[in-house]
Amino acid sequence: MEKLTAEEVRYIREKARQLRIDILKMITKANSGHTGGSLSIADVMALLYFHEMHVDPAQPAMPDRDRLVLSKGHGAPCLYAALAEKGYFPKEWLDHLRQEGAVLQGHPDMKHTPGVDMTTGSLGQGFSAACGMALAGKIDGASWRVYAILGDGELEEGQIWEAAMFAHHYKLDHLTALVDNNGLQIDGKITDVMSPVPIDEKFAAFGWHVIHADGHDVEALHEALEEARTVSGQPTVIIMKTIKGKGVPEVEGQVGWHGKAPTEEQCEHFLKEVEEAE
Amino acid sequence: MMGKATRDAYGEALKELGAVYPELVVLDADLSASTKTQDFAKVYPERFFDCGIAEGNMMSTAAGLAAAGKIPFASTFAIFGAGRAYEQIRNSICYPNLNVKVALTHAGLTVGEDGATHQMLEDIALMRVLPNMTVIVPADAAETKAAVKWAAGYKGPVYIRMGRAKCDDITDPDAPFVPGKAAVLRKGYDITLIGCGIMTAKALAAADILKGAGITARVINMSSIKPIDEEAIIKAASDTGAIVTAEEHSVRGGLGSAVAEVVVKNCPVPMAMIGVEDRFGESGKADDLLKAYGLTAAHIAETALQLYKRK
Repeated sequence: MEKLTAEEVRYIREKARQLRIDILKMITKANSGHTGGSLSIADVMALLYFHEMHVDPAQPAMPDRDRLVLSKGHGAPCLYAALAEKGYFPKEWLDHLRQEGAVLQGHPDMKHTPGVDMTTGSLGQGFSAACGMALAGKIDGASWRVYAILGDGELEEGQIWEAAMFAHHYKLDHLTALVDNNGLQIDGKITDVMSPVPIDEKFAAFGWHVIHADGHDVEALHEALEEARTVSGQPTVIIMKTIKGKGVPEVEGQVGWHGKAPTEEQCEHFLKEVEEAE
Repeated sequence: MMGKATRDAYGEALKELGAVYPELVVLDADLSASTKTQDFAKVYPERFFDCGIAEGNMMSTAAGLAAAGKIPFASTFAIFGAGRAYEQIRNSICYPNLNVKVALTHAGLTVGEDGATHQMLEDIALMRVLPNMTVIVPADAAETKAAVKWAAGYKGPVYIRMGRAKCDDITDPDAPFVPGKAAVLRKGYDITLIGCGIMTAKALAAADILKGAGITARVINMSSIKPIDEEAIIKAASDTGAIVTAEEHSVRGGLGSAVAEVVVKNCPVPMAMIGVEDRFGESGKADDLLKAYGLTAAHIAETALQLYKRK
């Protein structure tokens, strides 16, 4: 199992920092968007787009590309930040997030935005679509992989478990689910609202290979993704322990920041914190 | 002449299309013997995927297959597809305009003995309000085959509504399906009867009854509900001055409403709508239910006569 070099770790962490900066800027500019759940997936998104996935921004529809489905579609700002940083489209587009006539819709839209592999937003559905893509790859004997990023609150959707059953039944071993386990949803703590815990035992019972990883440690996440590549005959889920709003102390772990945009003053301060963080 | 059920033709068409389109795949939700996707599964087991009793997952999975270049046909009973998985069809399939064929059987009252929970009477209404969706209600086995063949070659979401019961063969077996094109099955100038599905055959029988009363009724088979043949409707309204629609579906939101939308905007004439009034179905033999709910040639003819008198 190949480990990341120190240089790679530094590079991916810098990308994650850039994604956080762009997330904060675009949500502030739009005065609308999901701050907490976008920040919590910045590290895994940086790792996927800047190390892990076989993709080419010049050919967004390349048939043998790896696919990413952001099943928790409200994390769209993070996906857009990654796609822009990768070069799928100009960064100026981020300034028009959620505005009338904009390419960047409130939730990911494959018909509007280059690089978005699946339209999502209605929770639970993206995970099934990721299963469909993985099945298509399996039918063709293709080697490309499918990554699905799920929210932990999203696990309350029954469709998630229909898909979990399906992926195991059809042995979709090139499908990797990544659960953003930040513990919060709109109405409060997931364990207070409608507990999906224990998440690991549930997936294991559905026949998945389960890995735990710190969702903000790119080396740990890389090891988990490498392990997932070696698993055969069953899909893998990586349960990423994350902090909602990660990177901005005032936002971290605050349920109120689920769908709230920073003011311009707040944004300025938050950006400084992100830029100065280690 | 009594022919096969539309679902039988669906299974046959899939089997034939499997050889034409290597990317065609079929999904079902534990009803493959009833929907007839089993006919495909027997010949192409490697391209058939039972999703189990999980229709929402099946529709979104179909979307993912389409996004990766496959041509998925997703089948179950109309109530569980268009009903239970409505939002998956809307958000996973229609909004991204993915190439999924939602081919559902056991629509309408003629499900029979299983009763109200299984008798879908609202699907035409639900499917035709979805942008990007094409809605087809074939009248018989031959038209079903033509529609399924057309759908396989068309890129985009299509809903095909099929039934459980055997139905009369009334369409030209050699005619290709053309979206947005209605077929005039009988000429007439006093009134127009527009049907879809099994009700087109009943409209033809009603025209025979009306002929006895000296009324010539034009009979139109409106299998393409969306897009709808506006020209045929406008011409019928101006030529005959009155229109009766007939469908095995709620009178709210289905074929009757679709025709009325064209009529009121272009050529207001008196209309009557035959269908299931604002109510659910119930258990019974298919023919007994059709009689009990007024979905008969006699009821169409009688309604047409009343309408004709006040036009």
